[in-house]
Amino acid sequence: MEYEPVIGLEVHAQLLTKTKIFCGCSTKFGSAPNNNTCPICLGMPGVLPVMNKKVVEYTIKMAVATHCRINKNNNFARKNYFYPDLPKGYQISQYAYPLAEKGYVDVEKINEWKKRIGITRIHMEEDAGKLIHDENNPSSYVDLNRAGVPLIEIVSEPDMRRPEEAIGYLRRIHEILVYLEICDGNMEEGSFRCDANISLRPTGEEEFGIRAELKNMNSFRNVQRALEYEIKRQQYVLESGGKVIQETRLWDDSQGVTHSMRSKEEAHDYRYFPDPDLVPLMISEEWIKEVEKTLPELPLRKRERFVREYGIPPYDAGVLTASRDLADFYEKTVKCSGKPKIASNWIMGDVLGYLKEDKKEIKDSPVTPEALGDVINLIEDGTISGKIAKEVFEEIWKTGKDPKKVIEEKGLVQITDAGALETAIEEVLKSSPAQLGQYKQGKEKLFGYFVGQVMKATKGKANPKLVNEILRKKLSE
Amino acid sequence: MELNQLTIHELKEKLKEGKTTSVEITESVFKRIEAVEDKVHSFITLMKDSAFDEAEKADKAIREENNIGLLTGIPVAVKDLLCTKGVKTTCGSHILENFVPPYDATVVKKLKEAGAVLVGKTNMDEFAMGSSTETSYFGITKNPWDLEKIPGGSSGGSAAAVVADECIASIGSDTGGSIRQPAALCGVVGLKPTYGRVSRFGLVAFASSLDQIGPFSKDVEDCATMMNVIAGYDPNESTSVSADVPDYTRYISKDIEGWTVGIPREYFIEGIDSEVLDAVEGAIEEVKRMGGKTVEISLPHTEYCVAVYYVIAPSEASSNLARYDGVRYGFRVKDGRDLLDMYKMSRSAGFGAEVKRRIMIGTHSLSSGYYDAYYKKASQVRALMRNDFDEAFKTCDVILTPATPTPAFNIGEKMDDPLQMYLCDIFTLSANLAGIPGISIPCGYTKSGLPIGLQLLAKHFEEGKLIQMASAYEKSSKIEKRRPDL
Repeated sequence: MEYEPVIGLEVHAQLLTKTKIFCGCSTKFGSAPNNNTCPICLGMPGVLPVMNKKVVEYTIKMAVATHCRINKNNNFARKNYFYPDLPKGYQISQYAYPLAEKGYVDVEKINEWKKRIGITRIHMEEDAGKLIHDENNPSSYVDLNRAGVPLIEIVSEPDMRRPEEAIGYLRRIHEILVYLEICDGNMEEGSFRCDANISLRPTGEEEFGIRAELKNMNSFRNVQRALEYEIKRQQYVLESGGKVIQETRLWDDSQGVTHSMRSKEEAHDYRYFPDPDLVPLMISEEWIKEVEKTLPELPLRKRERFVREYGIPPYDAGVLTASRDLADFYEKTVKCSGKPKIASNWIMGDVLGYLKEDKKEIKDSPVTPEALGDVINLIEDGTISGKIAKEVFEEIWKTGKDPKKVIEEKGLVQITDAGALETAIEEVLKSSPAQLGQYKQGKEKLFGYFVGQVMKATKGKANPKLVNEILRKKLSE
Repeated sequence: MELNQLTIHELKEKLKEGKTTSVEITESVFKRIEAVEDKVHSFITLMKDSAFDEAEKADKAIREENNIGLLTGIPVAVKDLLCTKGVKTTCGSHILENFVPPYDATVVKKLKEAGAVLVGKTNMDEFAMGSSTETSYFGITKNPWDLEKIPGGSSGGSAAAVVADECIASIGSDTGGSIRQPAALCGVVGLKPTYGRVSRFGLVAFASSLDQIGPFSKDVEDCATMMNVIAGYDPNESTSVSADVPDYTRYISKDIEGWTVGIPREYFIEGIDSEVLDAVEGAIEEVKRMGGKTVEISLPHTEYCVAVYYVIAPSEASSNLARYDGVRYGFRVKDGRDLLDMYKMSRSAGFGAEVKRRIMIGTHSLSSGYYDAYYKKASQVRALMRNDFDEAFKTCDVILTPATPTPAFNIGEKMDDPLQMYLCDIFTLSANLAGIPGISIPCGYTKSGLPIGLQLLAKHFEEGKLIQMASAYEKSSKIEKRRPDL
């Protein structure tokens, strides 16, 4: 029997506010354990939470960016369970009245498929702390720096049918969060986390199968691997006449498998109820409009605009809008050079290549968009050849110098003087009588050999177009 | 009269005139504590050393700067449910026996800023769950009028300390009557303010939507002064209300000519002690003599008070008390096999029977499949009760009821019957559910010499009206001022 996977994702994104959601403590990552804490986030007796407005603002941004309906009347609920990383014995979250509902994002693989994935809800909540286990000792330690860091949970509809779609969705959500500058998207540090719900059903069947919830995937690749593994596992269970059971499974990266963590029967009853310590949060139409005004151009819009405005292929536009910084770099380069496609080639090839090699982010690029624009201009006006340009680029990448200065210093200006080139070509022909003879007998492939010799003699500075012209004329004499 | 027997306003006069010092007052308070504390047991922790430091500081301020604040140099006791920086805050529980908070509750901060001398932390029912102060891990507080009887609860220690002259005034908290009921049974003035009027920040939570801090005092004027100190908006609390705070002493010594006083028929039920009923009826007659009009009113959902309260309060408590898990502070067993075992053993040994009963009731009420029938339904009925009061206050200025159905009962009498214990608060629960203010003031004594309390209720933020009427009644009724013989 053929089976079709049904996948839904839950994303937890840490918001980039300076302070925690219910107290004034710093949200900085990597501080000494329990340094970013106070009686409130430690859950001391008698403390009370006060909502950080920035968290609401950031969540509204995400809601607007994903076409959600925003609830004017929000409230907070307590999710009750015991765990040492949860100081109050409950997590303050949203339950019956989340901030946003019923949104979507469009996901595509260019020229292959396109799909709209529904968003069920987006709600605000506080993060828990972290447990640190001592391997040599049966003790565990609690670090509550993360307790109270604001999170939003973004729950998708079960709209995805292949791991590829799930990854596409996940990347889109990630991209939007980072574009909005409300989350740093760091999966390794856990500021962007993903759980997946997956079930199989016979192809053509309407009803969903029993699902498993997958946790502990800390990279896009692991989400994909875990989903692929789980499809095979569930298929095997079904094909051998068994039943998939509703449970939570942990992804084991080293083994490449998922393990059962707890069954439905062992699942917590969270006993949600409205938090009496927080008053209902009203979100006015004005507030939403105010926030809307601060939204940047979102990746999909930007992509469409790049194709339309710069006439570059959708693939290029996709690469160049991967981050706001990269897109800005590109647009500045185009502005300086007026050559959208050439700029795109340079950035996708050279700039991204060097960045990768040096493990740098675009914002740390030693070559500015202005400098790259200059390089492109220098090729266009014939000052340097494309080949020399690569040399110039390498030099300015290393030194951060102005390209014109590099060309001057190294004497890299292209030889466009026909007389000088003619002399050089005559020299080459004179010193290669054998090759010349063969050429004259019809071995025309040797034309490239002569060009190479001329370029060598001029240290690559000869204008290749002119060399071709003059050489062809000389050889036909 | 000894200094410790005087009121805040009497002592302030003496301090102003230089006839006494805060150190002298504090000495007389601690002398009294030494004499009677073994019998009464109002306190869990005494703060003698810091009290004398504060008294000296107060005297210096009076001497050098002629600076007399609202409570400068006045010895005040605080219920052990409010956090005090550097001073043990036990909540009457084994689980917090050695807990020392790193911060002051907002109200404690305000008392200090007003110049008060903190005498100590008073005894209470464990986590404020009880009506007799018998569930405290640290022993029972006795009613100073009859040491065989309970002082009421949960703020029994705060009420007993005031009437036994172990302090001049005190702070309690009221979730279902925990200020008004012990005030009635001990014969002092106790006010539960409007929900949101006094900051809850630093008050260890029992039931967050019902808890409210308020004062105990020897007379109504002192109650007004204490309210001037503790009332007001607190940015640290989301449910705090920013409405203007009047000078409550303005309402002292005014008449109630022309006021309409509502008498809710649902509060005059079978089973009220006849002496209590007589005293309250006497008070109603007094109201008429004072120029007030009485009108019978109805609060139709009164019969559901106990049921609604005992769903909502335990539900919130079950969540509020989850933090006492032995992980970060408080009591932890040493021999737990694993995490779950440590949780179970620490909480089983750390909490007393009544607290565990309420955690279980609350956990059940919030459970999936029961939530709608219990918590949600109770919240809906609660809204109806609020409407009852809104309707009633369209026809009257204040509502008058007995504060308790009986005077103080015997120690141990109701400990085996939780339902009988819960019914002790039958007249006080509704004010917490509706969020309105209520005051309990003495209105007489039984033949055997136990005090009887009268309760007045008003609209949200109309504590001023309560103080005005209580003060007028205090003056006009001339209830004999007696002192317990200890």
